[in-house]
Amino acid sequence: MISTRGAHDVAERAAREHYGKLLAYLASRCGDVHAAEDALADAFAAAIECWPASGVPRAPAAWLLVAARNRLFDDCRKRQRTERVRERLSAAGRTAERELERDGVLEDERLAMLFTCAHPAIAADVRAPLMMQVVLGLDAARIASAFLIRPEAMSQRLVRAKRKIADAGIPLRVPDVADMPARLDAVLAAIYAAFADAWHDPAASDPRTRGLAAETLWLGRMVVEACPEEPEAMGLLALMLHADARKDARRDAAGAYVPLDEQDVARWNAAQIDEAEALLRRAAGARRIGRFQLEAAIQSAHTARRRRGSADWRAIVALYDELLRVTASPVVALNRAVAIGRAFGPPRGLGALAAIAADPRLENYQPYWAARADLMLRAGKDLEARTAFERALGLTNDPAVRAYLGARLDAVARARAL
Amino acid sequence: MEYVLLLHDDEKRWSVMPEEQFRRETGAYAAYTDALREAGALVSGNPLQPTATATIVSIDADGKTNVLDGPYAETKEQLGGYYVIDVADLDAAIAWAARCPCAATGTVEIRPVADLTIPA
Repeated sequence: MISTRGAHDVAERAAREHYGKLLAYLASRCGDVHAAEDALADAFAAAIECWPASGVPRAPAAWLLVAARNRLFDDCRKRQRTERVRERLSAAGRTAERELERDGVLEDERLAMLFTCAHPAIAADVRAPLMMQVVLGLDAARIASAFLIRPEAMSQRLVRAKRKIADAGIPLRVPDVADMPARLDAVLAAIYAAFADAWHDPAASDPRTRGLAAETLWLGRMVVEACPEEPEAMGLLALMLHADARKDARRDAAGAYVPLDEQDVARWNAAQIDEAEALLRRAAGARRIGRFQLEAAIQSAHTARRRRGSADWRAIVALYDELLRVTASPVVALNRAVAIGRAFGPPRGLGALAAIAADPRLENYQPYWAARADLMLRAGKDLEARTAFERALGLTNDPAVRAYLGARLDAVARARAL
Repeated sequence: MEYVLLLHDDEKRWSVMPEEQFRRETGAYAAYTDALREAGALVSGNPLQPTATATIVSIDADGKTNVLDGPYAETKEQLGGYYVIDVADLDAAIAWAARCPCAATGTVEIRPVADLTIPA
């Protein structure tokens, strides 16, 4: 006997670890993502109800799969689903049973699911959100905030897309090699968005974030394996490896925020950085530069600090020039201004910043105000620095960043009082 | 799964077409239809008479039948024909739609047939 609380924890852990895999397996066999989601949700609810009395099964994932499959059968009887759907479902059930009996290992259909979400018959703006929901198990509200749209609007788009997969007969499978490059952009964008989402929650305050970074890294590896000739797939994996290599150095022993150029390089994961560097070299061999390779190269230039004590700021500026040309993103323009400030002095950095100051997308963007404050301070403009620090402080929701900005603001205020 | 391919094209093109080109284009449709049949994908298919032959029928609130001449709305492309095909999935339907001569001169809309059969 285990407690309800214990059963809940085990079920939740199983949900986190196996959600994408179980959903992809069920959906690829019944052709209906939405029905598979409902069945899986019911299976988790049943687990929480049954496990305290019956004990946690030896293979929780297999238990959940069988429960979800039974639920799909029931659903199909109750709603008098059409012959075609019934046939597909019963075939799915038989296959699942056979595979579980054989060795207890399920075929992993997540890559198929990932590429299905990027099908050209699915609206372009919902492809990445759909992957984040069905492959990574993030909820609509969380995805909506990552894409800056209302949760209800995001929910509607996701429901519509799932209905289209089922009703239009979009096959859940890995596309032919010929169709892969066209879908790759959306797949990479989704993995990147999910990784960024995990990155912005370093303390993993949301339980779903735990393991999310690891899962996105795993997906990145799987895509590189599936598309070994695609330099951008390698670029994205290199970028994620570089960023992830520094995750432990982002906070000090007391949990305080440490900016990139003050991080202790000894706390960076050297093996992961080496792997990223090797990938980037392999990607460069294809001679097709792209956004992710450029971003990974910027990360690489930052790690030069391991060898020579400082980042290669001039190289970083040159890379941002190219990245800005490719993406035209205000966030890239902001990072470029910071790099210019480091390479060529704060006045030139402020000059580059002035060029994007009118962009409304940056008005409530905390990193813009933090960067502006830092450049002003380095340029000796304490008053402007103070105003910008205050603005940045009001826009952050990360307690560690808030404490860091607060300390810097206090330092400016004290310096002026002297 | 059954899909209907709706062939939208500028029907005026056909009325001003030189005879040799007309033979070539209708020949392409015949070859495409044969290919569908040989692959076992063809359920049915037909070209339609031009929209000038269309008749619109509706019944109003008083139960009176209204019959109107002509197409419902003027559009740049008109529905000029259809195929009903039975293939595995949307990817197969897309592959057939792309081979249809209409995909090169106009557009082909793919619509899955709604399956409403209820098991006994």
